[in-house]
Amino acid sequence: MTATLEHRLPKSRQALQPGTIEARDFSFWYGKKQALNNISLIVPPSSVTALIGPSGCGKSTFLRSINRLNDLIPGIRHEGDLSLDGQSIFDKDLDVVALRQRVGMVFQRWNPFPKSIYDNVAYGARINGVTRSSELDEVVERSLRRAALWDEVKDRLRTSALGLSGGQQQRVCIARALANQPEVLLLDEPASALDPGSTQKIEELVYELKRELTIVIVTHNLQQAARASDHTAFFFSGQLVELGPTDQIFTRPREERTDAYITGRFG
Amino acid sequence: MTAIPADSAPKDRRRLAVHRVEIGDRIYEILTTACALVVPALVTAIAIAIFAAAWPALTKLSASIITSSDWDVGAGRFGAAPALFGTIVSSAVALVIATPLAIGVAIFLSEFSPRWLRQPVGFLVDLLAAVPSVVYGLWGIFVLIPMLREHVMPFLRDTLHLGATPFFSGAAYGPSMLAAGVILAIMALPYISAVSREVLLAVPRSQREAALALGATRWEMIRDAVVPYAKSGIIGGIMLGLGRALGETMAVTMVIGNRPEISASLFAPGYTMASLIANEFSEATSDLHLSALMAVGAVLFIITLIVNAIARWLVWQVSRERAI
Repeated sequence: MTATLEHRLPKSRQALQPGTIEARDFSFWYGKKQALNNISLIVPPSSVTALIGPSGCGKSTFLRSINRLNDLIPGIRHEGDLSLDGQSIFDKDLDVVALRQRVGMVFQRWNPFPKSIYDNVAYGARINGVTRSSELDEVVERSLRRAALWDEVKDRLRTSALGLSGGQQQRVCIARALANQPEVLLLDEPASALDPGSTQKIEELVYELKRELTIVIVTHNLQQAARASDHTAFFFSGQLVELGPTDQIFTRPREERTDAYITGRFG
Repeated sequence: MTAIPADSAPKDRRRLAVHRVEIGDRIYEILTTACALVVPALVTAIAIAIFAAAWPALTKLSASIITSSDWDVGAGRFGAAPALFGTIVSSAVALVIATPLAIGVAIFLSEFSPRWLRQPVGFLVDLLAAVPSVVYGLWGIFVLIPMLREHVMPFLRDTLHLGATPFFSGAAYGPSMLAAGVILAIMALPYISAVSREVLLAVPRSQREAALALGATRWEMIRDAVVPYAKSGIIGGIMLGLGRALGETMAVTMVIGNRPEISASLFAPGYTMASLIANEFSEATSDLHLSALMAVGAVLFIITLIVNAIARWLVWQVSRERAI
Protein backbone atom coordinates (compact mmCIF):
# COMPACT_ATOMS: atom_id res chain seq x y z
CA MET A 1 0.00 0.00 0.00
CA THR A 2 2.79 2.40 0.88
CA ALA A 3 4.42 1.72 -2.44
CA THR A 4 1.37 2.95 -4.30
CA LEU A 5 0.95 5.96 -2.06
CA GLU A 6 4.54 7.12 -2.20
CA HIS A 7 4.53 8.13 -5.81
CA ARG A 8 1.38 10.08 -5.16
CA LEU A 9 1.42 13.50 -3.68
CA PRO A 10 1.92 14.14 0.01
CA LYS A 11 -1.38 14.06 1.84
CA SER A 12 -1.43 17.61 3.05
CA ARG A 13 0.39 19.36 0.28
CA GLN A 14 -0.02 23.03 -0.33
CA ALA A 15 -1.52 24.18 -3.59
CA LEU A 16 1.06 23.99 -6.33
CA GLN A 17 2.01 26.98 -8.41
CA PRO A 18 -0.14 27.32 -11.52
CA GLY A 19 1.31 25.08 -14.20
CA THR A 20 2.72 25.77 -17.64
CA ILE A 21 1.75 23.50 -20.50
CA GLU A 22 3.89 23.21 -23.56
CA ALA A 23 3.30 21.21 -26.73
CA ARG A 24 6.17 20.62 -29.14
CA ASP A 25 5.33 19.23 -32.58
CA PHE A 26 2.60 17.15 -30.98
CA SER A 27 0.75 14.80 -33.32
CA PHE A 28 -1.87 12.27 -32.37
CA TRP A 29 -3.54 9.31 -34.08
CA TYR A 30 -6.62 7.21 -33.34
CA GLY A 31 -5.57 4.05 -35.18
CA LYS A 32 -4.84 5.24 -38.71
CA LYS A 33 -6.78 8.47 -38.39
CA GLN A 34 -4.66 11.46 -37.56
CA ALA A 35 -6.43 13.80 -35.14
CA LEU A 36 -3.67 16.31 -34.38
CA ASN A 37 -0.90 17.45 -36.67
CA ASN A 38 2.28 19.07 -35.34
CA ILE A 39 0.76 21.22 -32.62
CA SER A 40 3.20 23.57 -30.91
CA LEU A 41 1.94 25.96 -28.30
CA ILE A 42 2.56 27.25 -24.81
CA VAL A 43 -0.16 27.79 -22.23
CA PRO A 44 1.23 30.30 -19.73
CA PRO A 45 0.50 29.94 -16.02
CA SER A 46 -2.40 31.77 -14.33
CA SER A 47 -4.23 32.35 -17.57
CA VAL A 48 -7.29 31.10 -19.40
CA THR A 49 -6.69 29.66 -22.84
CA ALA A 50 -9.71 28.88 -24.99
CA LEU A 51 -9.53 26.21 -27.68
CA ILE A 52 -12.03 26.91 -30.44
CA GLY A 53 -12.80 25.33 -33.78
CA PRO A 54 -15.45 23.29 -35.57
CA SER A 55 -16.46 19.78 -34.41
CA GLY A 56 -13.79 17.20 -35.07
CA CYS A 57 -10.99 19.77 -35.33
CA GLY A 58 -9.00 18.07 -32.58
CA LYS A 59 -9.48 20.54 -29.73
CA SER A 60 -10.99 17.97 -27.38
CA THR A 61 -8.36 15.43 -28.34
CA PHE A 62 -5.69 17.96 -27.42
CA LEU A 63 -7.38 18.72 -24.12
CA ARG A 64 -7.70 15.03 -23.24
CA SER A 65 -4.06 14.49 -24.11
CA ILE A 66 -2.96 16.88 -21.37
CA ASN A 67 -4.14 14.57 -18.60
CA ARG A 68 -3.64 11.46 -20.77
CA LEU A 69 -7.28 10.48 -20.59
CA ASN A 70 -6.98 9.23 -24.16
CA ASP A 71 -4.84 6.39 -22.80
CA LEU A 72 -8.07 4.41 -22.35
CA ILE A 73 -8.71 4.23 -26.05
CA PRO A 74 -7.07 1.30 -27.82
CA GLY A 75 -4.90 1.95 -30.86
CA ILE A 76 -3.81 5.50 -30.05
CA ARG A 77 -0.33 6.81 -30.88
CA HIS A 78 1.47 10.13 -30.58
CA GLU A 79 4.60 11.87 -31.79
CA GLY A 80 6.27 14.95 -30.45
CA ASP A 81 5.88 15.93 -26.83
CA LEU A 82 3.61 17.51 -24.27
CA SER A 83 5.07 18.83 -21.06
CA LEU A 84 3.83 20.19 -17.76
CA ASP A 85 6.23 22.56 -15.97
CA GLY A 86 9.03 21.37 -18.20
CA GLN A 87 8.53 17.66 -17.53
CA SER A 88 7.25 15.47 -20.33
CA ILE A 89 3.90 13.92 -19.45
CA PHE A 90 4.97 10.85 -21.43
CA ASP A 91 8.08 10.44 -19.28
CA LYS A 92 8.41 6.79 -18.22
CA ASP A 93 9.02 7.86 -14.61
CA LEU A 94 5.91 9.98 -14.51
CA ASP A 95 2.94 8.38 -12.83
CA VAL A 96 -0.28 8.98 -14.75
CA VAL A 97 -2.30 8.87 -11.55
CA ALA A 98 -0.20 11.66 -10.04
CA LEU A 99 -0.42 13.63 -13.29
CA ARG A 100 -4.21 13.49 -13.19
CA GLN A 101 -4.18 14.82 -9.65
CA ARG A 102 -2.13 17.79 -10.79
CA VAL A 103 -4.35 18.32 -13.84
CA GLY A 104 -8.04 18.41 -12.98
CA MET A 105 -10.77 18.00 -15.57
CA VAL A 106 -14.44 18.94 -15.89
CA PHE A 107 -16.56 17.41 -18.63
CA GLN A 108 -19.27 18.64 -20.95
CA ARG A 109 -21.91 16.46 -19.38
CA TRP A 110 -21.71 16.86 -15.58
CA ASN A 111 -20.91 13.49 -14.08
CA PRO A 112 -21.10 13.49 -10.29
CA PHE A 113 -20.98 10.05 -8.70
CA PRO A 114 -24.36 8.80 -7.42
CA LYS A 115 -23.25 9.75 -3.91
CA SER A 116 -23.74 12.66 -1.56
CA ILE A 117 -22.34 16.11 -2.35
CA TYR A 118 -19.83 15.63 0.46
CA ASP A 119 -18.62 12.25 -0.79
CA ASN A 120 -18.25 13.59 -4.31
CA VAL A 121 -16.01 16.45 -3.27
CA ALA A 122 -14.07 14.36 -0.75
CA TYR A 123 -13.35 11.65 -3.30
CA GLY A 124 -9.92 12.80 -4.42
CA ALA A 125 -8.73 13.31 -0.85
CA ARG A 126 -10.05 9.92 0.21
CA ILE A 127 -8.25 7.98 -2.49
CA ASN A 128 -5.10 9.78 -1.38
CA GLY A 129 -5.52 8.25 2.03
CA VAL A 130 -7.03 11.16 3.95
CA THR A 131 -9.32 9.62 6.55
CA ARG A 132 -9.49 12.20 9.37
CA SER A 133 -12.95 13.72 9.21
CA SER A 134 -11.78 17.17 10.29
CA GLU A 135 -9.33 17.23 7.41
CA LEU A 136 -11.97 16.01 4.95
CA ASP A 137 -14.47 18.58 6.21
CA GLU A 138 -11.90 21.27 5.55
CA VAL A 139 -11.16 20.05 2.03
CA VAL A 140 -14.87 19.86 1.20
CA GLU A 141 -15.67 23.32 2.52
CA ARG A 142 -12.66 24.97 0.90
CA SER A 143 -13.36 23.34 -2.47
CA LEU A 144 -17.06 24.16 -2.44
CA ARG A 145 -16.27 27.75 -1.54
CA ARG A 146 -13.80 27.98 -4.40
CA ALA A 147 -16.48 26.60 -6.71
CA ALA A 148 -18.91 29.27 -5.42
CA LEU A 149 -21.32 26.59 -4.28
CA TRP A 150 -20.84 26.47 -0.51
CA ASP A 151 -23.67 28.81 0.44
CA GLU A 152 -26.13 26.95 -1.75
CA VAL A 153 -25.39 23.46 -0.46
CA LYS A 154 -23.87 23.76 3.02
CA ASP A 155 -27.09 22.57 4.68
CA ARG A 156 -27.52 19.56 2.44
CA LEU A 157 -24.01 18.18 2.06
CA ARG A 158 -25.16 14.64 2.88
CA THR A 159 -27.87 14.53 0.24
CA SER A 160 -27.31 13.09 -3.21
CA ALA A 161 -25.47 15.31 -5.66
CA LEU A 162 -27.88 14.13 -8.33
CA GLY A 163 -30.69 16.09 -6.66
CA LEU A 164 -29.07 19.41 -7.57
CA SER A 165 -29.77 21.45 -10.69
CA GLY A 166 -27.56 20.90 -13.73
CA GLY A 167 -25.51 24.02 -13.08
CA GLN A 168 -25.03 23.08 -9.43
CA GLN A 169 -24.03 19.54 -10.39
CA GLN A 170 -21.46 20.96 -12.76
CA ARG A 171 -20.07 23.12 -9.96
CA VAL A 172 -19.93 20.03 -7.71
CA CYS A 173 -17.75 18.51 -10.43
CA ILE A 174 -15.58 21.62 -10.45
CA ALA A 175 -15.30 21.52 -6.64
CA ARG A 176 -14.43 17.84 -6.87
CA ALA A 177 -11.61 18.64 -9.28
CA LEU A 178 -10.40 21.60 -7.17
CA ALA A 179 -10.25 19.44 -4.04
CA ASN A 180 -7.11 17.81 -5.44
CA GLN A 181 -5.43 21.29 -5.49
CA PRO A 182 -4.55 20.96 -9.15
CA GLU A 183 -2.22 23.36 -10.90
CA VAL A 184 -4.12 23.05 -14.18
CA LEU A 185 -7.86 22.76 -14.79
CA LEU A 186 -9.15 21.40 -18.08
CA LEU A 187 -12.72 22.33 -19.00
CA ASP A 188 -14.32 20.43 -21.86
CA GLU A 189 -17.29 22.56 -22.94
CA PRO A 190 -18.34 22.94 -19.30
CA ALA A 191 -21.38 25.11 -19.98
CA SER A 192 -22.64 23.87 -23.33
CA ALA A 193 -25.56 22.00 -21.74
CA LEU A 194 -26.44 24.70 -19.19
CA ASP A 195 -28.92 27.54 -19.16
CA PRO A 196 -27.61 31.13 -19.55
CA GLY A 197 -27.72 31.86 -15.80
CA SER A 198 -25.66 28.81 -14.91
CA THR A 199 -23.33 29.49 -17.80
CA GLN A 200 -22.64 32.95 -16.46
CA LYS A 201 -21.85 31.53 -13.03
CA ILE A 202 -19.36 29.09 -14.54
CA GLU A 203 -17.72 31.89 -16.53
CA GLU A 204 -17.41 34.08 -13.44
CA LEU A 205 -15.92 31.12 -11.65
CA VAL A 206 -13.36 30.60 -14.40
CA TYR A 207 -12.39 34.24 -14.09
CA GLU A 208 -11.96 33.89 -10.31
CA LEU A 209 -9.99 30.67 -10.52
CA LYS A 210 -7.38 31.79 -13.01
CA ARG A 211 -5.51 33.67 -10.31
CA GLU A 212 -4.68 30.37 -8.67
CA LEU A 213 -4.38 27.95 -11.53
CA THR A 214 -3.98 27.59 -15.25
CA ILE A 215 -7.16 26.93 -17.18
CA VAL A 216 -7.66 25.43 -20.62
CA ILE A 217 -11.24 25.54 -21.87
CA VAL A 218 -12.69 23.93 -24.97
CA THR A 219 -15.77 25.72 -26.18
CA HIS A 220 -18.13 25.91 -29.11
CA ASN A 221 -19.44 29.18 -27.84
CA LEU A 222 -17.37 31.96 -29.39
CA GLN A 223 -18.84 34.65 -27.14
CA GLN A 224 -17.79 32.56 -24.20
CA ALA A 225 -14.24 32.29 -25.50
CA ALA A 226 -14.20 36.03 -26.08
CA ARG A 227 -15.55 36.79 -22.61
CA ALA A 228 -13.69 34.31 -20.47
CA SER A 229 -10.26 33.75 -21.99
CA ASP A 230 -6.92 35.56 -22.19
CA HIS A 231 -5.61 33.56 -25.11
CA THR A 232 -7.46 31.81 -27.89
CA ALA A 233 -6.23 28.96 -30.05
CA PHE A 234 -8.10 28.20 -33.25
CA PHE A 235 -7.93 24.57 -34.33
CA PHE A 236 -8.95 23.36 -37.76
CA SER A 237 -8.69 19.77 -39.09
CA GLY A 238 -6.12 18.76 -36.54
CA GLN A 239 -3.95 21.81 -37.03
CA LEU A 240 -3.38 24.82 -34.88
CA VAL A 241 -4.22 27.64 -37.26
CA GLU A 242 -3.68 30.58 -35.00
CA LEU A 243 -2.92 31.32 -31.37
CA GLY A 244 -2.89 34.75 -29.83
CA PRO A 245 -4.37 37.11 -27.29
CA THR A 246 -8.14 36.74 -27.33
CA ASP A 247 -8.69 40.41 -28.26
CA GLN A 248 -6.50 40.12 -31.28
CA ILE A 249 -7.98 36.81 -32.47
CA PHE A 250 -11.49 38.18 -32.34
CA THR A 251 -10.78 41.63 -33.76
CA ARG A 252 -7.73 41.32 -36.00
CA PRO A 253 -7.18 37.62 -36.87
CA ARG A 254 -4.09 37.12 -38.98
CA GLU A 255 -5.35 34.01 -40.75
CA GLU A 256 -8.14 34.00 -43.30
CA ARG A 257 -9.58 30.74 -41.91
CA THR A 258 -9.76 32.19 -38.38
CA ASP A 259 -11.59 35.21 -39.70
CA ALA A 260 -14.02 32.97 -41.58
CA TYR A 261 -14.71 30.89 -38.49
CA ILE A 262 -15.22 33.69 -35.99
CA THR A 263 -17.46 35.60 -38.34
CA GLY A 264 -19.58 32.48 -38.79
CA ARG A 265 -18.85 31.73 -42.41
CA PHE A 266 -18.31 28.05 -41.51
CA GLY A 267 -18.26 25.72 -38.51
CA MET B 1 -33.81 3.94 -48.02
CA THR B 2 -35.23 6.37 -50.51
CA ALA B 3 -37.36 8.97 -48.88
CA ILE B 4 -40.70 9.50 -50.59
CA PRO B 5 -42.25 12.88 -49.90
CA ALA B 6 -45.42 12.41 -47.91
CA ASP B 7 -47.55 14.41 -50.29
CA SER B 8 -46.54 12.41 -53.37
CA ALA B 9 -49.15 9.70 -52.70
CA PRO B 10 -52.73 10.32 -53.93
CA LYS B 11 -54.91 11.69 -51.18
CA ASP B 12 -57.49 8.89 -51.04
CA ARG B 13 -54.87 6.16 -50.90
CA ARG B 14 -53.32 7.87 -47.92
CA ARG B 15 -56.58 7.90 -46.05
CA LEU B 16 -57.05 4.19 -46.79
CA ALA B 17 -53.58 3.42 -45.42
CA VAL B 18 -54.30 5.25 -42.19
CA HIS B 19 -57.52 3.31 -41.78
CA ARG B 20 -55.76 -0.03 -42.25
CA VAL B 21 -53.10 0.90 -39.74
CA GLU B 22 -55.82 1.62 -37.20
CA ILE B 23 -57.32 -1.87 -37.57
CA GLY B 24 -53.84 -3.40 -37.39
CA ASP B 25 -53.11 -1.44 -34.23
CA ARG B 26 -56.35 -2.65 -32.71
CA ILE B 27 -55.67 -6.34 -33.45
CA TYR B 28 -52.12 -6.00 -32.24
CA GLU B 29 -53.28 -4.36 -29.03
CA ILE B 30 -55.82 -7.09 -28.31
CA LEU B 31 -53.29 -9.85 -29.03
CA THR B 32 -50.57 -8.44 -26.81
CA THR B 33 -53.04 -7.66 -24.02
CA ALA B 34 -54.25 -11.25 -24.13
CA CYS B 35 -50.65 -12.52 -23.96
CA ALA B 36 -49.91 -10.22 -21.05
CA LEU B 37 -52.99 -11.43 -19.16
CA VAL B 38 -52.20 -15.12 -19.61
CA VAL B 39 -49.12 -14.95 -17.38
CA PRO B 40 -50.65 -13.44 -14.23
CA ALA B 41 -53.69 -15.65 -14.72
CA LEU B 42 -51.45 -18.72 -14.85
CA VAL B 43 -49.55 -17.70 -11.71
CA THR B 44 -52.79 -17.10 -9.86
CA ALA B 45 -54.22 -20.44 -11.01
CA ILE B 46 -51.10 -22.30 -9.85
CA ALA B 47 -51.15 -20.54 -6.48
CA ILE B 48 -54.84 -21.35 -5.97
CA ALA B 49 -54.33 -25.00 -6.94
CA ILE B 50 -51.39 -25.41 -4.56
CA PHE B 51 -53.08 -23.75 -1.61
CA ALA B 52 -56.36 -25.62 -2.20
CA ALA B 53 -54.53 -28.95 -2.24
CA ALA B 54 -52.46 -27.94 0.79
CA TRP B 55 -55.46 -26.74 2.76
CA PRO B 56 -56.35 -30.04 4.58
CA ALA B 57 -52.75 -30.41 5.83
CA LEU B 58 -52.47 -26.75 6.76
CA THR B 59 -55.64 -26.82 8.88
CA LYS B 60 -54.79 -30.15 10.49
CA LEU B 61 -51.09 -29.62 11.10
CA SER B 62 -51.01 -25.81 11.22
CA ALA B 63 -47.57 -24.39 12.07
CA SER B 64 -46.05 -27.76 12.99
CA ILE B 65 -45.41 -28.34 9.30
CA ILE B 66 -42.52 -25.87 9.44
CA THR B 67 -41.64 -26.04 13.14
CA SER B 68 -41.56 -29.79 13.77
CA SER B 69 -38.74 -32.08 12.70
CA ASP B 70 -40.84 -35.19 13.02
CA TRP B 71 -41.74 -36.57 9.58
CA ASP B 72 -43.45 -39.90 10.16
CA VAL B 73 -45.77 -40.87 7.34
CA GLY B 74 -47.16 -43.94 9.15
CA ALA B 75 -48.04 -41.95 12.26
CA GLY B 76 -49.45 -39.09 10.23
CA ARG B 77 -46.89 -36.59 11.50
CA PHE B 78 -45.48 -34.24 8.95
CA GLY B 79 -42.86 -31.80 10.24
CA ALA B 80 -40.77 -30.41 7.40
CA ALA B 81 -38.47 -28.15 9.43
CA PRO B 82 -35.29 -29.99 8.32
CA ALA B 83 -36.27 -29.55 4.67
CA LEU B 84 -36.98 -25.86 5.18
CA PHE B 85 -33.65 -25.51 6.99
CA GLY B 86 -31.84 -27.42 4.23
CA THR B 87 -33.34 -25.29 1.47
CA ILE B 88 -32.27 -22.08 3.15
CA VAL B 89 -28.80 -23.25 4.21
CA SER B 90 -27.87 -24.90 0.91
CA SER B 91 -28.97 -21.77 -0.98
CA ALA B 92 -27.06 -19.53 1.43
CA VAL B 93 -23.90 -21.62 1.00
CA ALA B 94 -24.40 -21.43 -2.75
CA LEU B 95 -24.64 -17.63 -2.68
CA VAL B 96 -21.60 -17.28 -0.41
CA ILE B 97 -19.54 -19.26 -2.91
CA ALA B 98 -21.10 -18.02 -6.15
CA THR B 99 -21.45 -14.28 -5.53
CA PRO B 100 -17.78 -13.26 -5.23
CA LEU B 101 -16.84 -15.66 -8.02
CA ALA B 102 -19.55 -14.43 -10.36
CA ILE B 103 -18.84 -10.76 -9.70
CA GLY B 104 -15.14 -11.45 -10.18
CA VAL B 105 -15.86 -13.06 -13.55
CA ALA B 106 -18.13 -10.16 -14.50
CA ILE B 107 -15.55 -7.52 -13.54
CA PHE B 108 -12.82 -9.36 -15.43
CA LEU B 109 -14.97 -9.66 -18.54
CA SER B 110 -16.21 -6.09 -18.50
CA GLU B 111 -13.06 -4.27 -17.34
CA PHE B 112 -9.88 -6.27 -17.88
CA SER B 113 -10.48 -8.91 -20.50
CA PRO B 114 -9.10 -8.24 -23.97
CA ARG B 115 -11.90 -7.85 -26.45
CA TRP B 116 -11.21 -11.16 -28.20
CA LEU B 117 -11.49 -13.10 -24.95
CA ARG B 118 -14.73 -11.46 -23.78
CA GLN B 119 -17.06 -13.31 -26.16
CA PRO B 120 -15.75 -16.88 -25.71
CA VAL B 121 -15.40 -16.71 -21.92
CA GLY B 122 -18.79 -15.05 -21.57
CA PHE B 123 -20.28 -17.76 -23.77
CA LEU B 124 -18.76 -20.53 -21.66
CA VAL B 125 -20.07 -18.99 -18.46
CA ASP B 126 -23.53 -18.67 -19.99
CA LEU B 127 -23.26 -22.29 -21.07
CA LEU B 128 -23.19 -23.32 -17.39
CA ALA B 129 -26.83 -22.31 -17.27
CA ALA B 130 -27.71 -24.57 -20.16
CA VAL B 131 -26.37 -27.83 -18.66
CA PRO B 132 -29.29 -30.04 -17.53
CA SER B 133 -29.43 -30.34 -13.76
CA VAL B 134 -29.35 -34.14 -13.83
CA VAL B 135 -25.94 -33.86 -15.49
CA TYR B 136 -24.77 -31.67 -12.62
CA GLY B 137 -26.14 -34.33 -10.27
CA LEU B 138 -24.14 -37.09 -11.96
CA TRP B 139 -21.02 -34.94 -11.97
CA GLY B 140 -21.66 -34.29 -8.28
CA ILE B 141 -21.88 -37.97 -7.47
CA PHE B 142 -18.88 -39.09 -9.49
CA VAL B 143 -16.51 -36.14 -9.24
CA LEU B 144 -17.52 -33.56 -6.65
CA ILE B 145 -18.47 -35.84 -3.76
CA PRO B 146 -15.29 -37.99 -3.91
CA MET B 147 -13.22 -34.80 -4.16
CA LEU B 148 -14.97 -33.23 -1.17
CA ARG B 149 -14.64 -36.43 0.85
CA GLU B 150 -10.97 -37.12 0.05
CA HIS B 151 -9.52 -33.61 -0.07
CA VAL B 152 -11.68 -30.61 0.67
CA MET B 153 -13.40 -31.76 3.84
CA PRO B 154 -10.25 -33.09 5.56
CA PHE B 155 -8.45 -29.90 4.51
CA LEU B 156 -11.11 -27.62 5.98
CA ARG B 157 -11.52 -29.66 9.14
CA ASP B 158 -7.94 -30.65 9.96
CA THR B 159 -5.49 -28.48 8.06
CA LEU B 160 -7.34 -25.22 8.64
CA HIS B 161 -8.55 -26.43 12.07
CA LEU B 162 -12.09 -25.37 11.20
CA GLY B 163 -13.22 -28.67 12.77
CA ALA B 164 -13.22 -26.80 16.07
CA THR B 165 -16.28 -24.88 14.90
CA PRO B 166 -19.57 -26.76 14.67
CA PHE B 167 -19.91 -25.85 10.98
CA PHE B 168 -17.09 -28.04 9.68
CA SER B 169 -17.04 -30.86 12.22
CA GLY B 170 -18.01 -34.52 12.07
CA ALA B 171 -17.37 -37.36 9.68
CA ALA B 172 -16.88 -36.65 5.99
CA TYR B 173 -19.31 -38.97 4.24
CA GLY B 174 -19.49 -37.04 1.04
CA PRO B 175 -23.18 -36.43 0.36
CA SER B 176 -23.79 -33.32 2.41
CA MET B 177 -25.12 -29.83 2.68
CA LEU B 178 -21.71 -28.63 1.46
CA ALA B 179 -21.95 -30.74 -1.70
CA ALA B 180 -25.41 -29.35 -2.38
CA GLY B 181 -24.16 -25.81 -1.78
CA VAL B 182 -21.26 -26.22 -4.20
CA ILE B 183 -23.49 -27.70 -6.92
CA LEU B 184 -26.01 -24.90 -6.44
CA ALA B 185 -23.22 -22.32 -6.56
CA ILE B 186 -22.14 -23.59 -9.96
CA MET B 187 -25.73 -23.49 -11.16
CA ALA B 188 -26.43 -20.00 -9.81
CA LEU B 189 -23.13 -18.52 -10.99
CA PRO B 190 -24.03 -17.95 -14.66
CA TYR B 191 -27.18 -16.04 -13.71
CA ILE B 192 -25.39 -13.70 -11.32
CA SER B 193 -22.45 -13.32 -13.66
CA ALA B 194 -24.45 -12.64 -16.81
CA VAL B 195 -26.61 -9.97 -15.19
CA SER B 196 -23.62 -8.35 -13.46
CA ARG B 197 -21.62 -8.27 -16.68
CA GLU B 198 -24.41 -6.54 -18.54
CA VAL B 199 -24.91 -3.87 -15.90
CA LEU B 200 -21.17 -3.26 -15.53
CA LEU B 201 -20.84 -2.78 -19.28
CA ALA B 202 -23.76 -0.35 -19.13
CA VAL B 203 -22.01 1.98 -16.68
CA PRO B 204 -21.54 5.22 -18.62
CA ARG B 205 -18.06 6.18 -19.76
CA SER B 206 -18.50 9.56 -18.07
CA GLN B 207 -18.52 7.86 -14.66
CA ARG B 208 -15.30 6.01 -15.42
CA GLU B 209 -13.65 9.16 -16.73
CA ALA B 210 -14.79 11.13 -13.68
CA ALA B 211 -12.88 8.78 -11.39
CA LEU B 212 -9.80 8.52 -13.60
CA ALA B 213 -9.59 12.29 -14.11
CA LEU B 214 -9.48 12.69 -10.33
CA GLY B 215 -6.42 10.50 -10.15
CA ALA B 216 -8.03 7.15 -9.37
CA THR B 217 -6.19 4.01 -10.35
CA ARG B 218 -8.02 1.51 -12.50
CA TRP B 219 -8.88 -0.55 -9.44
CA GLU B 220 -10.16 2.50 -7.56
CA MET B 221 -12.22 3.46 -10.58
CA ILE B 222 -13.89 0.03 -10.60
CA ARG B 223 -14.41 0.01 -6.84
CA ASP B 224 -15.70 3.57 -6.47
CA ALA B 225 -17.36 4.48 -9.74
CA VAL B 226 -18.25 1.36 -11.70
CA VAL B 227 -19.48 -1.15 -9.10
CA PRO B 228 -21.56 1.33 -7.03
CA TYR B 229 -23.25 2.55 -10.19
CA ALA B 230 -24.10 -1.04 -11.11
CA LYS B 231 -25.06 -2.06 -7.57
CA SER B 232 -28.80 -2.40 -8.04
CA GLY B 233 -28.37 -4.53 -11.13
CA ILE B 234 -25.85 -6.77 -9.39
CA ILE B 235 -28.24 -7.26 -6.47
CA GLY B 236 -30.93 -8.20 -8.95
CA GLY B 237 -28.58 -10.79 -10.44
CA ILE B 238 -27.81 -12.25 -7.01
CA MET B 239 -31.51 -12.58 -6.26
CA LEU B 240 -32.06 -14.27 -9.60
CA GLY B 241 -29.32 -16.74 -8.64
CA LEU B 242 -30.94 -17.26 -5.24
CA GLY B 243 -34.27 -17.99 -6.88
CA ARG B 244 -32.54 -20.59 -9.02
CA ALA B 245 -30.88 -22.17 -5.98
CA LEU B 246 -34.02 -22.30 -3.85
CA GLY B 247 -36.04 -24.21 -6.38
CA GLU B 248 -33.39 -26.53 -7.80
CA THR B 249 -34.44 -30.14 -7.27
CA MET B 250 -32.72 -32.88 -9.21
CA ALA B 251 -29.02 -32.07 -8.73
CA VAL B 252 -29.54 -31.33 -5.04
CA THR B 253 -31.50 -34.52 -4.43
CA MET B 254 -28.62 -36.48 -5.94
CA VAL B 255 -25.90 -35.04 -3.69
CA ILE B 256 -27.43 -33.79 -0.43
CA GLY B 257 -27.92 -37.21 1.22
CA ASN B 258 -31.67 -36.82 1.79
CA ARG B 259 -31.62 -37.18 5.56
CA PRO B 260 -34.28 -35.09 7.31
CA GLU B 261 -32.16 -33.83 10.18
CA ILE B 262 -31.03 -30.39 11.24
CA SER B 263 -27.30 -30.24 11.80
CA ALA B 264 -25.04 -27.25 12.18
CA SER B 265 -22.29 -29.05 10.29
CA LEU B 266 -22.11 -28.54 6.55
CA PHE B 267 -20.50 -32.00 6.33
CA ALA B 268 -23.73 -33.66 7.49
CA PRO B 269 -26.33 -34.83 4.99
CA GLY B 270 -29.51 -32.79 4.79
CA TYR B 271 -32.75 -32.42 2.91
CA THR B 272 -34.48 -29.69 0.98
CA MET B 273 -38.15 -28.99 0.39
CA ALA B 274 -37.81 -29.57 -3.32
CA SER B 275 -36.07 -32.92 -2.72
CA LEU B 276 -38.68 -33.94 -0.21
CA ILE B 277 -41.51 -33.33 -2.65
CA ALA B 278 -39.71 -35.05 -5.52
CA ASN B 279 -38.79 -38.09 -3.43
CA GLU B 280 -42.12 -38.75 -1.79
CA PHE B 281 -44.72 -37.57 -4.25
CA SER B 282 -44.92 -40.78 -6.27
CA GLU B 283 -45.27 -42.88 -3.11
CA ALA B 284 -47.74 -40.69 -1.30
CA THR B 285 -50.84 -42.81 -0.67
CA SER B 286 -52.79 -41.13 2.10
CA ASP B 287 -54.63 -37.91 1.40
CA LEU B 288 -52.96 -36.18 4.32
CA HIS B 289 -49.48 -37.15 3.07
CA LEU B 290 -50.26 -35.74 -0.36
CA SER B 291 -51.70 -32.60 1.16
CA ALA B 292 -48.66 -32.20 3.43
CA LEU B 293 -46.36 -32.34 0.40
CA MET B 294 -48.51 -29.70 -1.26
CA ALA B 295 -48.17 -27.61 1.88
CA VAL B 296 -44.38 -27.90 1.65
CA GLY B 297 -44.70 -26.77 -1.95
CA ALA B 298 -46.79 -23.82 -0.80
CA VAL B 299 -44.10 -22.83 1.72
CA LEU B 300 -41.45 -23.00 -1.02
CA PHE B 301 -43.70 -20.90 -3.25
CA ILE B 302 -44.06 -18.26 -0.53
CA ILE B 303 -40.32 -18.19 0.15
CA THR B 304 -39.51 -17.57 -3.51
CA LEU B 305 -42.17 -14.88 -3.59
CA ILE B 306 -40.57 -13.21 -0.57
CA VAL B 307 -37.08 -13.44 -2.11
CA ASN B 308 -38.33 -11.80 -5.26
CA ALA B 309 -40.14 -9.12 -3.28
CA ILE B 310 -36.96 -8.38 -1.32
CA ALA B 311 -34.98 -8.24 -4.56
CA ARG B 312 -37.43 -5.75 -6.05
CA TRP B 313 -37.35 -3.72 -2.86
CA LEU B 314 -33.53 -3.61 -2.79
CA VAL B 315 -33.32 -2.58 -6.41
CA TRP B 316 -35.98 0.04 -5.80
CA GLN B 317 -34.13 1.33 -2.74
CA VAL B 318 -30.88 1.70 -4.62
CA SER B 319 -32.44 3.38 -7.61
CA ARG B 320 -34.42 5.69 -5.34
CA GLU B 321 -31.24 6.69 -3.49
CA ARG B 322 -29.76 7.62 -6.82
CA ALA B 323 -32.77 9.68 -7.80
CA ILE B 324 -32.93 11.78 -4.62
